[in-house]
Amino acid sequence: MLQIASWKRVLIWLVVIAGFLTALPNAFYARVEGHNDAVAAVEKSGVQTPESEAALAAWPNWIPSGLVNLGLDLRGGAHLLAEVNLAEVYETRMTALWPEVRDRLRDARDEVGTIRRAPSAPDELKVQISQPAGLQRAVEVVRGLASPVVSMTGVGQNDLEVTGAGDTVTVRLSEAERTATDDRTMQQSLEIVRRRIDEVGTREPTIQREGDDRILIQVPGIGSAEELKSLIGTTAQLNFQPVVRRTDNPNEPPGSGNMLAPAANEPGVYYVLEQAPVVTGEELTNAQPSFDQNGRPAVSFTFNPGGARKFGDYTAANIGQLFAIVLDDEVISAPQIQSHIAGGSGIITGSFTVESSTELAVLLRAGALPAKLTFLEERTIGPELGQDSINAGRIAAIVGMVAVVFMMVASYGLFGVFATFALIVNMAMILGAMSMMGATLTLPGIAGLVLTMGMAVDANVLIFERIREELKRGRGPARSIDLGFERALSAIIDGNITTFITGLILFFLGSGPVRGFAVTLVIGLVTSVFSAIFVTRLLIVMWMERRRPKTITV
Amino acid sequence: MAFRLKLVPEETNIDFFKAQVVTFGVSTLLAVASVVCVLVMGLNFGIDFQGGTTIRTESTEAVDVGAYRQAVSGVVEGDVIITEVFDPNFRADQHVAMIRIGAQGEAESVTPATIDAVEQALKGVDGSITFPSVESVGPKVSGELIQQAVLAVLAATAAIAVYVWLRFEWQFAIGAVVSLVHDVLITIGVFSLFQLRFDLSIIAALLTIVGYSINDTVVVFDRLRENLIKFKTTPLRELMNLSVNETLSRTVMTSGTTLIALVALLVFGGDVIRGFVFAMTFGIVIGTYSSVYVAKNVVLWLGVKRDWTKTKDEGPAGTQFATKAD
Repeated sequence: MLQIASWKRVLIWLVVIAGFLTALPNAFYARVEGHNDAVAAVEKSGVQTPESEAALAAWPNWIPSGLVNLGLDLRGGAHLLAEVNLAEVYETRMTALWPEVRDRLRDARDEVGTIRRAPSAPDELKVQISQPAGLQRAVEVVRGLASPVVSMTGVGQNDLEVTGAGDTVTVRLSEAERTATDDRTMQQSLEIVRRRIDEVGTREPTIQREGDDRILIQVPGIGSAEELKSLIGTTAQLNFQPVVRRTDNPNEPPGSGNMLAPAANEPGVYYVLEQAPVVTGEELTNAQPSFDQNGRPAVSFTFNPGGARKFGDYTAANIGQLFAIVLDDEVISAPQIQSHIAGGSGIITGSFTVESSTELAVLLRAGALPAKLTFLEERTIGPELGQDSINAGRIAAIVGMVAVVFMMVASYGLFGVFATFALIVNMAMILGAMSMMGATLTLPGIAGLVLTMGMAVDANVLIFERIREELKRGRGPARSIDLGFERALSAIIDGNITTFITGLILFFLGSGPVRGFAVTLVIGLVTSVFSAIFVTRLLIVMWMERRRPKTITV
Repeated sequence: MAFRLKLVPEETNIDFFKAQVVTFGVSTLLAVASVVCVLVMGLNFGIDFQGGTTIRTESTEAVDVGAYRQAVSGVVEGDVIITEVFDPNFRADQHVAMIRIGAQGEAESVTPATIDAVEQALKGVDGSITFPSVESVGPKVSGELIQQAVLAVLAATAAIAVYVWLRFEWQFAIGAVVSLVHDVLITIGVFSLFQLRFDLSIIAALLTIVGYSINDTVVVFDRLRENLIKFKTTPLRELMNLSVNETLSRTVMTSGTTLIALVALLVFGGDVIRGFVFAMTFGIVIGTYSSVYVAKNVVLWLGVKRDWTKTKDEGPAGTQFATKAD
């Protein structure tokens, strides 16, 4: 009847101890955090400094050292939700395709006649031919440029969709290629955002893809979202482009194959540039902040061998000409080529400050974003506000705990004490589970913890009330306890499963702090059922075995 | 016999249907009034749902709302709402205000220039001012967040309905859903009536209320199911009263401990989550009420088929729950 097998007892105690052990590091948060940082630093550099040794010694290695992650609203930091402008990449592809299409069609001039690029939507390329009879041939020629899509789903499809109507050939990316391109763009954007943030070296940033075209970025400890935005928001597309001419007219028609770009540091000055760059930032191998011969901040860079050769050839052939260093469609500087520049390294001067030259070097090293980012959501939370919230949450948790314990003990006496112990086990297990999972505790999460405290005793209340009823019917203590647990079980299970369902929905549909709340709620449900049923029952059984009471009062 | 805190007498025999016209009527009235209130007064949507920027300011000098407004209105377009925040946990020289600026652009949250301009303007009014938090949501995301929130509440209600239907009977599922809708509507109604800020965390609170309220309802239903098996000929109405009376002590105790914990949070938890905690506290009260006064009235009204053994029989002899008898 009222018996629990020894192996079950051992298992229950082991789970309880594991709960306390995994929760323990959170009681010494700063110390354990220092220890973990030191471990990571030593692992990375392989060098032990006196400080890292002290930090390592502050927390013994054999005790678990997992901590509950504090959410941004508790730790302070910046949160950004960015949208990647995927369509921009289609446009770039079409622009890059035009010279190839032009050359191919020129070769077939006899049949298609003269060609010109017709105005079109940015994500397609329209080519007009002067001999409509040759349309079929033109379409065939352009189709020859297409290649099969490399992706999981688009097998057997070509990347270009070429159609002809009247005298116009229309080229656009096929659906399969768009999907593949979108995916690549997202991967690249994520990678570059990650590299840029890593360059600054903050602790545990979260950078993850959300949906089809969004990136969620959370960086704890950073001063403001603005700082983060200026770091990751710039595309940092660096190009070296030939200068056609300089002008003061912002509306000057640049002509076919050219573009008009403003000078970054000289207001009212514009440059007409050749659209196709000589070398791009992708061919850089390194960029460092430095100073020019006049001691002004500058950025020095090195090309890879391919870039170095192209740059060398171009400078050799165009001595005396201007060429422009263009960053995100603004001309940073447009020096004259004095001599053949071999070796593939150079220096960018402009009106830099030490900070802006450092930032540009970071951006160039990390690489350019394939597409522009639009920021849909941004939040900055100061560290003091987070600390205030933690303190407030802690006080509320202690007061709530004391009140709940008082009520339970006053209502159920010794059984209330058992329930209190189960409640403490429950709290430890929630924190322990969250630490092991690396789950994030947010401010609503603290509220969830306090709420769980109130609700966790529900299972015990149900059981104790049942035991009371059975006792009232005149059953013996052992039988009443047994029946109490048995009969209360279905209500406990039904009640918890329904709450569990809402918790799961919260988790999958919620975001940020709300999701943190859902995590605490769901973990709390699982642990509270364990502690209320198994731990309380074990305690009661152990007490009964020792005392063997003839009558009990619940 | 040792001392015991008794919130509910040992034996209760309250007729919960006695005033059912009044209680159910008041519930219906409140739910309808809430819908009307939301339609007429609307909700005071936070930036999560409407887009815009909120800036929390903190200063050692007293907040001069007029001066703040003048400074901020000078540099941004659209509405500016400034509220001073009071909290018993604040230090004597801690003066906090929330500044809310309407959405400025199309999709983008806010430009750095705007925030900078606002911060500079405020620094001009009060040199000691700091900005512990700046949050900004673009209209594009806020539109999606509303959809997501509505979807979450609907999905939770539907999932619970299905679960209760599987575990009990369809009448119980409808009773549970009616009481959930009742709780959610009235809570939203209160937020509309007092124009409390309604943001994403309130949705989380609503879902918690849904979870709590159903928990309460299910405990009563569970007891009712058991009694339906035990007392095969007792009228449904009496069985319901019996079930509620038997579980009353538990209902009061659990609501009590949960409310105590929440009140502690309401008083000491700080102003940042006060709206969230308020929604939960209110919801627990209304959820407890609805599981006693709303859910089972609906079930009674719909009736429970208690005879599954014979087709078209008159007496309430058998029961579908005849799996196990005491």
